[in-house]
Amino acid sequence: MAQKYEKAIAIEKDNIVVDGIDVSGHWNRMFEQRVITEYTPELIEKIADIPNAESFANCYQCAKCVAVCPVDVVGNYGPRKLYRYAQTGMDLTEAPELWLCTTCANCLRVCPKEVNMVKIMPAAREQAILDGKFVPNELQQAFENTAKSGNPLGQPQRKRDAWIQSAGVPVPIIKDLGRKVNVLWYVGSYPSYHPRGIDAAAAAARIFNALGIDFAILGKEEKDDADSQRLAGEKGLFEMMTEQNIETFNKYEWDEMVVTGPHELNAFKNVYPKYGFERPVVHYSTFLARYLDQLKPLLQHSVEKKITYHDPCYLGRHNGEYEAPRKLLEAIPGVELVEMQRNRENGYCCGGGGGGMWMDSFTAKHTTMRLSEKRAMEAASTGANVLAVACPFEVSRFTDAVKSTGNEHVDVLDILELLDKSMRGE
Amino acid sequence: MNIVVAIKHIPSIADDLPVSGNTVDFDSVDFVLNEFDEQSIEQAVLVKEAVGGTVTVVGVDMIGELDAVLHLALAKGADKAVKITGDDPAADSHTQAKWLSEAIKGMSADIIFAGVQASNDLDGQIGPMLAAYLDMPYIGGVSSVEVAGDSATVNKEFAGGVGAKYEVSLPMVVGVQASVKPPRYAPVSKVRQVAQTATIEKVAPSGEVSSGLTMKKMAPPVVTGHAEMIEGSSKEVAAKIVELLKSKGLA
Repeated sequence: MAQKYEKAIAIEKDNIVVDGIDVSGHWNRMFEQRVITEYTPELIEKIADIPNAESFANCYQCAKCVAVCPVDVVGNYGPRKLYRYAQTGMDLTEAPELWLCTTCANCLRVCPKEVNMVKIMPAAREQAILDGKFVPNELQQAFENTAKSGNPLGQPQRKRDAWIQSAGVPVPIIKDLGRKVNVLWYVGSYPSYHPRGIDAAAAAARIFNALGIDFAILGKEEKDDADSQRLAGEKGLFEMMTEQNIETFNKYEWDEMVVTGPHELNAFKNVYPKYGFERPVVHYSTFLARYLDQLKPLLQHSVEKKITYHDPCYLGRHNGEYEAPRKLLEAIPGVELVEMQRNRENGYCCGGGGGGMWMDSFTAKHTTMRLSEKRAMEAASTGANVLAVACPFEVSRFTDAVKSTGNEHVDVLDILELLDKSMRGE
Repeated sequence: MNIVVAIKHIPSIADDLPVSGNTVDFDSVDFVLNEFDEQSIEQAVLVKEAVGGTVTVVGVDMIGELDAVLHLALAKGADKAVKITGDDPAADSHTQAKWLSEAIKGMSADIIFAGVQASNDLDGQIGPMLAAYLDMPYIGGVSSVEVAGDSATVNKEFAGGVGAKYEVSLPMVVGVQASVKPPRYAPVSKVRQVAQTATIEKVAPSGEVSSGLTMKKMAPPVVTGHAEMIEGSSKEVAAKIVELLKSKGLA
């Protein structure tokens, strides 16, 4: 492997033409491969040799990624640093650094060499898992729960639709309905089981009912999308869940799927096509923004709040939806929307992506504070009294974070809950 | 070295335990591998990796879903899997110990691992009864095992944080409290591969025994206490806590 590099020497071509311009001269070696003399390339090659992790070797140490890496803000991290650590003896597949990336994709946004951590990390993690290397315990638990119970929380499958009781409106199960629906609503694991997630699910059910949407859910047949488990390296688990989910989705007739969570959106829209599933899938914010004209007259109660909105990485950067959530918030009477310093394309990650949701204790050992805490502080510094979110991972993460950073005066609410508040008044 | 692991499939207590009549409503509950057996499988595989041999995992199929558990054990490093077709979700630890001992009898086991207890019966009887039926010594509460030749060095835990090191001669039944390392993770791709290729040996349950206990009534515990959330600033909360402790004679 290393031979490739030993043979490489700086070549000064007599003549070199770039984009039609003759740039011959003694300095033109900058267009050629750099010579690595002091450090060994083996550990970089070890990663770059893993299928899908090839771009790891592209790094030329410009460090643009470090400036935008959310983990570096609370630690000593960043793709450039990983490359350097590998050069100086770190085997990424055995290092704690392997588990810190949240696959937020902000580095990829600025990287001139397209070093793609969103592909590198899952591939390197999968290799580590298959080789029996260290895997954080909490993460193993989430994997095992998903494989056994169909959700990372380890809750029983037969209780997946128990949340319906709290909605107070009809939530039809597609199997019982026995007919085609316009909208198949994929609720998701956290909105189905997590106490604060259920609040958002119930709110969504009430909004869909008020808008007269012809919708149904999968009920007890719904299982986790497992996209974050894939990004955390468990591709086999993801593929097993994908096969089961696609079979379930295709059992029923529906026009469009609406998902509560951005991670599900990413799975079903961007990854499932590789497994033969290509049907329209939208996030609830995109879906509801289409109904703004019908929604506005329903928002009868003023919500006198100063709200700042947190862009979920998998809704924003990964799927390009920045405006729909803001339009929904602006449609609520009384709301004053303020932006955090890092917003939209440069939104700061909550730390929950890429499996981070299930590695809080592990991550805490290698960082100075949680990413969610950093973000909660940023939200509080805007003077907002509500931090609005649009991802089911975030409600619990930020609710903890506002408490642990002494910002209890900031309420963490899903956009669905805010719309519901305005609809019903509270 | 013939290493045998006796496992137990038990109702999950991750959720409310549904009760029907004077027993668990087995139709409305998920079954999981006993937590201590996860430790015991890991310890068995570690012993195999250290001294060589084969690991055979054997358990009673309570509800017809043991295959998944056995596949997982095989993916984690076990070599053979045996299920006793009990098909009785209510089989108690005495019955299971008898069935297990009959199945293990012909395996010429050098060392037998069993979880020290399980959260359903909570009587810790499988290991000691296996030892009695197979006429082997038993040591329980074990947190590490090192085999050398026909003896083993084991750490046994006692109450109050006291530990003791024992030199024991084999064959022997070991009740595992904890493996020396946390149970390893088996990737799903490997488990699925195993599930497609592995054969699980089926054994009919043999032998009848009674625990001598009759279940008179089973009911969920009645909630008697409750938590009180104290509201206010940290000073107010602290003052109220002090007041409470004083009123209860604790400060």
